[in-house]
Amino acid sequence: MIQEDEVNNISKIKINENYDISIIGAGHAGIEAGLASARLGCKTIVFAINLDSVGNCPCNPSIGGTAKGHLVREIDALGGEMGRTTDECFLQSRMLNLGKGPAVHSLRAQIDRNKYKEIMKHKLELQENLYLKQAEIIDIFYDNHSKNWILTSRNGIKYASKCVILATGTFLEGVVHIGETSYQSGPDGIFPAVLLGDSLRKLGIGLRRFKTGTPARVLRSSINFEGLEEQCGDENIVPFSYDTESIGENKVKCYISWTNDKTKEVILKNIHRAPMYSGKIEGVGPRYCPSIEDKIVRFPDKKRHQMFIEPCGLNTEEMYLQGMSTSLPEEVQTEMYKTIPGLENVKIMRFAYAIEYDIADPQQMNATLEFKEHAGLFGAGQFNGSSGYEEAAAQGLVAGINAALRIKNKELLILDRGTSYIGTLIDDLVTKGVNDPYRMMTSRSEYRLVLRQDNADERLTPIGREIGLIGDERYKKFIENLNLKNEEKKRVKNVVIVPSEELNKMLVSRETSPITTGVKMSDLLKRPQITYRDLEDFDATRPQIDKSIFEKVEVEIKYEGYIARQNNQIKELRRLEEKIIPSDIDYKKIRGLRLEAIEKLGKIRPQNIGQASRISGVSPADISVLIIWLASKMRKKEEN
Amino acid sequence: MSTIAAISTAQGAGGIGVIRISGEDSVKIADKIFVPFVGEKGKCLQNLSGYRAKYGRVLHGNDLIDDVIALVFRAPHSYTGEDVVEISCHGGLYITKRVLRAVLESGAALAEPGEFTKRAFLNGKMDLSQAEAVMDLISARGKRANQIAFGMREGKLSGKIAKIKEELVEILAGLSVWADYPEEDIPQVDENMLKNSIKKICKKLHAMIDNYDTFKCIKEGIKTAIVGRPNVGKSTLMNCLSDSQKSIVTDIPGTTRDAIEETVMIGDIPVLLVDTAGIRDTLDKVEKIGVEKARKYIDESEIILFMIDASSALCDEDRELLDKLDKSKTIIILNKCDIAVKVDVQELSTFKNRIVELSALKGQGIEKLKEIIENIVGLSNFEPSDTVVCNERQLLALKKAVKILKEIINQMNFGITLDAVTVLIQDTLSVFMELTGENVSEAVVNKVFSKFCVGK
Repeated sequence: MIQEDEVNNISKIKINENYDISIIGAGHAGIEAGLASARLGCKTIVFAINLDSVGNCPCNPSIGGTAKGHLVREIDALGGEMGRTTDECFLQSRMLNLGKGPAVHSLRAQIDRNKYKEIMKHKLELQENLYLKQAEIIDIFYDNHSKNWILTSRNGIKYASKCVILATGTFLEGVVHIGETSYQSGPDGIFPAVLLGDSLRKLGIGLRRFKTGTPARVLRSSINFEGLEEQCGDENIVPFSYDTESIGENKVKCYISWTNDKTKEVILKNIHRAPMYSGKIEGVGPRYCPSIEDKIVRFPDKKRHQMFIEPCGLNTEEMYLQGMSTSLPEEVQTEMYKTIPGLENVKIMRFAYAIEYDIADPQQMNATLEFKEHAGLFGAGQFNGSSGYEEAAAQGLVAGINAALRIKNKELLILDRGTSYIGTLIDDLVTKGVNDPYRMMTSRSEYRLVLRQDNADERLTPIGREIGLIGDERYKKFIENLNLKNEEKKRVKNVVIVPSEELNKMLVSRETSPITTGVKMSDLLKRPQITYRDLEDFDATRPQIDKSIFEKVEVEIKYEGYIARQNNQIKELRRLEEKIIPSDIDYKKIRGLRLEAIEKLGKIRPQNIGQASRISGVSPADISVLIIWLASKMRKKEEN
Repeated sequence: MSTIAAISTAQGAGGIGVIRISGEDSVKIADKIFVPFVGEKGKCLQNLSGYRAKYGRVLHGNDLIDDVIALVFRAPHSYTGEDVVEISCHGGLYITKRVLRAVLESGAALAEPGEFTKRAFLNGKMDLSQAEAVMDLISARGKRANQIAFGMREGKLSGKIAKIKEELVEILAGLSVWADYPEEDIPQVDENMLKNSIKKICKKLHAMIDNYDTFKCIKEGIKTAIVGRPNVGKSTLMNCLSDSQKSIVTDIPGTTRDAIEETVMIGDIPVLLVDTAGIRDTLDKVEKIGVEKARKYIDESEIILFMIDASSALCDEDRELLDKLDKSKTIIILNKCDIAVKVDVQELSTFKNRIVELSALKGQGIEKLKEIIENIVGLSNFEPSDTVVCNERQLLALKKAVKILKEIINQMNFGITLDAVTVLIQDTLSVFMELTGENVSEAVVNKVFSKFCVGK
């Protein structure tokens, strides 16, 4: 990796500051990584090009949403920060998909964007072992002599650390496009990181170009809200964090409007001026979040497109136009937005833009998020080809935990697909790679009836506890609730509900059959139409415990068969995940593997048989060959 | 590890055939289909220690397949090192396949090529050099399997399955958008439409499964019994059918049965004809055995040709015999129609389209008989080029898919939420995708973004 004469030079290099872990970037990934590693006792430094951008939400002013809400709950269950901070500054909260089944319930909150930034930055500042520093890192290399990674700032300061986490978001070689204009820039007009990319390339890290975009922010008083559909928050607010005891209330409304023929006309007339269409942007944009010009070109039959108007905070008049991201020139943007009902006189404060940036192909990393070729170097967030605050935070947390475990010489954490959406996200990234920015969706998890947002704590808090991110009080509360749930479940499986006129009236009104003899309460709860609340008057021994426990028990009873089925599938998955493939394996030397499999396995270098089986181009026969090869190797070892 | 099964003896005619079951549940699965002659069905093999055998019968549902010997091996003292049951039945493709099918439908998975050996190795029953030979075997077989799979991908065969796969992907994509983009302006999921689509897919799969049975008939012959009181012309019919097709008449070798069996071609269909001795109540011991055997043939046949002497009126003996037959698979043959038709057809009106006037002696009416048989076997709707399912593995996949789809309909009728439905549809889709090694969630996500305009 490093030439000998270089090594000699390097060993003479003067180091200004020493740390266990350094983190490049203080967005949602960098924050979780920094907090986790510092909380695990590692001396941690977090770099940001501008400290006013710590915890910035440069796109939508909301956290959570379908599948993303699951991620936030999981981050919280594992000991991360995103859920707590969201609870502290949310403006409106909604549980999406109620009525569609517990697997797809997802929490989403509109947040006060400035407050979120402020709280997060303050938490970093207060965190023991954590140092927040404004600096652009322009160079990074591994010093064989001192066994440290050496980071150099724009101003020539050298930082040494055992581990580095790259969480550069959209800053790495960032280029902003608005119409015919383009310039080097990070998000929200902040400086980009223009030199680090070359340094990474020198390390042999493969980088690729991605693109994303954001809509305009407009002045609230220039909007005519009359006639626009309102969207309000839920009456009963469920917090994101298991720590949050009391939650505030909804403070704002969102609004819905629609594009029309005129909007389409303005866009099509100017489509040649959009950089995506003029060929100026080479980066691959996200499929899940297309610009308005993309939507209109790709779905010409659609008469109108929905858009949401969302407040950015309590102490600002900026409003976010969700669904209307674009990279058309500014004057076209103005003309286009004005065609929309409510926005006839709109005053744009920040124009919409597209941003191109560099990512690292995540197939270069293990499921620990550590680079396979570079011990101690980790990647997280948009840098790994994902998209979204929640996806970034989830990876940041795992990278932070693993960097700390690496420092402590402990076994690194891998969350498999059966544990969480976090595990699914990371496995998808490192095993399948990315073709466009990766967004989490419930349909990406094959185990979604087990990976629900209501049981994130049961799935991950014990793991967080073992790692050391879950404190005594939190854990005690978790165990108490778990016991309560198990007792309650036992109770409803024993309690017999006797038939009565009242009960049967209720049952019939829910369109299910009345009962003639006593029936176990669990059997009634198994009926999809019957809820805990329905049975309240007929359930004399019901204990006074938190409602959320009833909800959990109800889900577990109603979906018992499905959950058991999925748990079996997960068991089968783990059987394969437990078969570890040695990292020095030479696939070319294994007799019986097909050529395509040798190539794919050699590139991705899966850590275990389970991961290998998910690589496209690796057949079940190849997996058999691998299993036999592994077993024979083990036996040879034993014989020696 | 799952429990696997396969026919372990060479495929083809032979004195005996062995079906081997290996894995944790092998004994339990064998007990599901095995009825001992002494003792009770259910746990008889599970109560057996290793290296011990039981004599009994294999049942498939209510169908009796064969008399067999079930031999139990207890882990680790078996070829694979796992619990193993070997079922020895009579040889030949037909019976061994039927026993295998019964085993597979009771919960075993069809063994991959080399899988027994692979397990033997993994469980320490083999040394390294032997294992390496297995690896070569697997890869060599894998290549051939690939070639076959390639051929399948090109042909009509998987065309039909691919179409169903595509339909399932579309359904899942619709549900995925419904779940992942709740606030978007997209068409809502209509539960009735969803149910109908699933029912339609179910029907198509059923048709494929039926097609397979027809296909099997064509390959293996339709078991047909000729029944009737003495002297109505059974032997004449038999001779008529075989005489006219002498070159392709084959005697089944090694048969020790009293009844005469012959394979004849009626049109394009091979028919396995059995001329049964007359069935009637008797006190004679020897005749009783003959009658019992005849009854067994009749139960096993896919078609019964019931012959009546049309030149005289229906007699009580005819009526008695007819009463004992499964009417759904019976064809009435009014023989000797060249002499006269004195039978009151009105009395046989339940058989409507399945009455043939025929003269076995003169060879008249055979065409019509052929038509009726084709109809019963489902051949009139059968397209040879449309044969979708070519082996037991695919058949099993289809059956598994149908089973899950039916469960979906039941669960939806029960009122379960759609998130649970999506999981079941995903499981159905993986049944098919496993055949070709595709990835379900990737396919669905791609479909979502190509079909729906979603995104903030």
